Amino acid sequence: MTTTEPVPETAEDERPIGFGRLLRKEDPRLIRGMGNFVDDVELKGMLHLAILRSPMAHAKIVSIDTSAAEAHPKVVAVITGADLAEQGLAWMPTLSNDVQAVLATDKVRFQHQEVAFVVAEDRYSARDALELIDVEYDWIDPVVDVRTALDPDTPIIRDDLADKTDNHIFDWETGDAAATDAVFEDADVVVSEEIVYPRVHPAPMETCGCVADVERVSGQLTLWCTSQAPHAHRTVYALVAGLPEHKIRVIAPDIGGGFGNKVPIYPGYVCAIVASLVIGKPVKWMEDRTENLVSTGFARDYVMKGEIAATKEGKILAVRTDVLADHGAFNGVAAPVKYPAGFFGVFTGSYDLQAAYAKMTAVYTNKAPGGVAYACSFRITEAVYLVERIVDCLAYELEMDPAELRLKNLLKPEQFPYTTKTGWVYDSGNYEPALRKAMDMAGYDELRREQAEKRERGELMGIGVSFFTEAVGAGPRKDMDILGLGMADGCELRIHPTGKAVVRISVKTQGQGHETTFAQIVAEEIGIPPEDIEVVQGDTDNTPFGLGTYGSRSTPVSGAAAALVTRKVRDKAQIIASGMLEVSVADLEWNKGSFSVKGDPSKSVTIQDIAMRAHGAGDLPEGIEGGLEAQICYNPENLTYPFGAYICVVDVDPGTAVVKVRRFIAVDDCGTQINPMIIEGQVHGGLADGVGMALMQMIAFDEDGNCLAGSLMDYLIPTALETPDWETGHTVTPSPHHPIGAKGIGESATVGSPPAVVNAVVDALKPFGVRHADMPLTPSRVWETMRGNHSPPI
Amino acid sequence: MQLNMTINGSEVHEEVEPRHLLVHFIRDQLGLTGTHWGCDTSNCGTCVVLVDGEPVKSCTTLAAMAGGHEVTTVEGLEVDGELDTVQEAFMQCHGLQCGFCTPGMMLTARALLDKNPDPTEAEIREAISGQICRCTGYSTIVRSIQWAAGHETSVSVGSAS
Repeated sequence: MTTTEPVPETAEDERPIGFGRLLRKEDPRLIRGMGNFVDDVELKGMLHLAILRSPMAHAKIVSIDTSAAEAHPKVVAVITGADLAEQGLAWMPTLSNDVQAVLATDKVRFQHQEVAFVVAEDRYSARDALELIDVEYDWIDPVVDVRTALDPDTPIIRDDLADKTDNHIFDWETGDAAATDAVFEDADVVVSEEIVYPRVHPAPMETCGCVADVERVSGQLTLWCTSQAPHAHRTVYALVAGLPEHKIRVIAPDIGGGFGNKVPIYPGYVCAIVASLVIGKPVKWMEDRTENLVSTGFARDYVMKGEIAATKEGKILAVRTDVLADHGAFNGVAAPVKYPAGFFGVFTGSYDLQAAYAKMTAVYTNKAPGGVAYACSFRITEAVYLVERIVDCLAYELEMDPAELRLKNLLKPEQFPYTTKTGWVYDSGNYEPALRKAMDMAGYDELRREQAEKRERGELMGIGVSFFTEAVGAGPRKDMDILGLGMADGCELRIHPTGKAVVRISVKTQGQGHETTFAQIVAEEIGIPPEDIEVVQGDTDNTPFGLGTYGSRSTPVSGAAAALVTRKVRDKAQIIASGMLEVSVADLEWNKGSFSVKGDPSKSVTIQDIAMRAHGAGDLPEGIEGGLEAQICYNPENLTYPFGAYICVVDVDPGTAVVKVRRFIAVDDCGTQINPMIIEGQVHGGLADGVGMALMQMIAFDEDGNCLAGSLMDYLIPTALETPDWETGHTVTPSPHHPIGAKGIGESATVGSPPAVVNAVVDALKPFGVRHADMPLTPSRVWETMRGNHSPPI
Repeated sequence: MQLNMTINGSEVHEEVEPRHLLVHFIRDQLGLTGTHWGCDTSNCGTCVVLVDGEPVKSCTTLAAMAGGHEVTTVEGLEVDGELDTVQEAFMQCHGLQCGFCTPGMMLTARALLDKNPDPTEAEIREAISGQICRCTGYSTIVRSIQWAAGHETSVSVGSAS
């Protein structure tokens, strides 16, 4: 069932016991500047760590002289790769079963790679001492262009790997090549286009960092860390460093944005742990903005040849793609092990196809490692961009309206659950009402009329449409694991004697509002007001195991765990209530906060009464233990599939080629809504990301492998001037397999908005005969495109 | 060197290195960690504080330059348990998510409203355009400042006068 009716929004002064608009529980401390971010952690005797990085992208390390740095009066230690190698710690595993250098030992493989670190009494001295380290490098030609990385005479980047004779990482394919070729063969219309999704970086406001504190006697490590996945990090530290897992406590305190950037384990964290272990004092490492942009998890970097086959009436038949993936110097993709290309397999989009096929080759280059970060839902951003761009190319060739073309091909509600030609089972969807709603909100026909008039006058106005289907909530443990760790999530709920509750979750907010949302989920299920429910997260000693927050998985996986653990507690409460009311369990009915006797509502007990009885004196029903608490581990049955329809309106200045996003209309369907205010906020943030990626953001390199986006002066992020006032709406199509029908919303807008913006700009440039243009659509790139000189970004 | 300034209404007298940045002085030496640091290059604005009522990026200001001036940080917005209207506004309008840019945004909002109690949307966007938020997409920050403008009750603490 889908409804386009708005979820009733609660007035500001109301306090819903359950779902509805509820002001956030985390805000009172944050608006007072009383948050506790990693750099706010201050321990007695704490030292500061700074990392020396390579100035070159590819070079042998000939020698390192640390003597001058060691002589600095405030320096406590200087450590190189050779020192780490003696401990067997110079290399660490990545999340994709590759290895990555903690500190370079043999050679550097990307500009700004970690080479040595200094530990000093204060942060200024640590950085001063970096200047005193003398490293001699021997230049090797870098591999910068992904298109030439596999050429025969190219230098081998990963000569640390046994028998490595090229820069190849993996080949991957999905779908049916022969069936797809056959459909293309017979199709009326085939359109193909090279579509580049440039390298971008999530650039959260807070950079990455940690404070490591190893107690000398007990060996206990406490690590305050900018981690989206504290439990996964703890296990990896245990596996890598050989530290016993029960002696490791990872605490992710308040986190200043993550967007995937804080999923990986970075060399800096390992360096801080080693430093604290060696020196016996707490050590803080906070990277600066340049370090964050040039060395931590990038995103995208796919060169995609997209092809679409259709009838001349506009029925889409098949999609085919061949992708070249730039993974940088180490394969650090954070994706389930069986999915080296993430969930790119959903590139078939929201359409009913006869066949589909994708193949991909991933290669090493002399660039920073990473590859999945930035709110992409495991490469779905790339997949959706590909299909939504190529559908627009088809509309261009067929001279059809792009909204009309989509309406003609969207999956129908009766086709769900729908198995795509690449094997993904879309759980629920009702697509057409979402697109119709977006068109109504936009005044689509009127916009097209306005555009026609403007074109007559030589003005450049564009209208871009995109429709996306997301796949979030990784994932079922039969298919999905990271480094062998199943992607299930635990949850524990305790109701205290007075009826107040504490819920412990395995995921970790970076601003998404888990403290509020999870309290609302518990409240909805057990009728305790959200303000009486404490949400504990981000501390491995105090929360059950789970894989953390990324890929929009918190609500689909951990949210389901929270609902189910609450139901488990409620079931026990019902048994206790039956004893209190002296009726059978079957004679009780639940009234969101109390049980009453069927047919006699005057006989009832509240959940608070039951909690006191559960902990109090007196007998409980036979076989029931005291206390009112439960713990579960939730293994999702399937992913959830949120979707949405976006329309972007741009004006392009013909004299300067500056693109102005005039309007952006977003209709999202994330299933059951828990807190509409938070959902709207999640969407807004993703839309700004989309505008940024489409128009401004790119991590570019020169031919020597120098990173050209090492500061926020060079890597442009949208401000309030580049972004419009977002116009949002929603439909509600619950997930059939999620306990509360919720699907996840954190990344929908980042996935869905870039094609809408690019489609709008390309639409504006239609008078110039432009069918495609690659991001970022900066004024210079748009200017060149208007003159027929468009070239892919490098 | 000796540094004397007023911070959130209290006089401070501290010894600092001449090269110390104001943001580090505030955070590390005074322990006021509500002021955040984000970029080094004056682009992100998460380090904004008010100096004599004007928004200033404390990551590119030497602590010494604030000598003799009145500095207001986020910790100075709440007075005697009474939240500033902009603080209330950001909560009411979901003007924050991760909360990292929020102190700087609120201080800029405070300075704007002190000068211009009824700003247009364009004026609000212009005022916060030197600051970056990665979470909200700015609309709810704009709404927060509009809400604050409509609910202003007290005299500003950020004002120098």
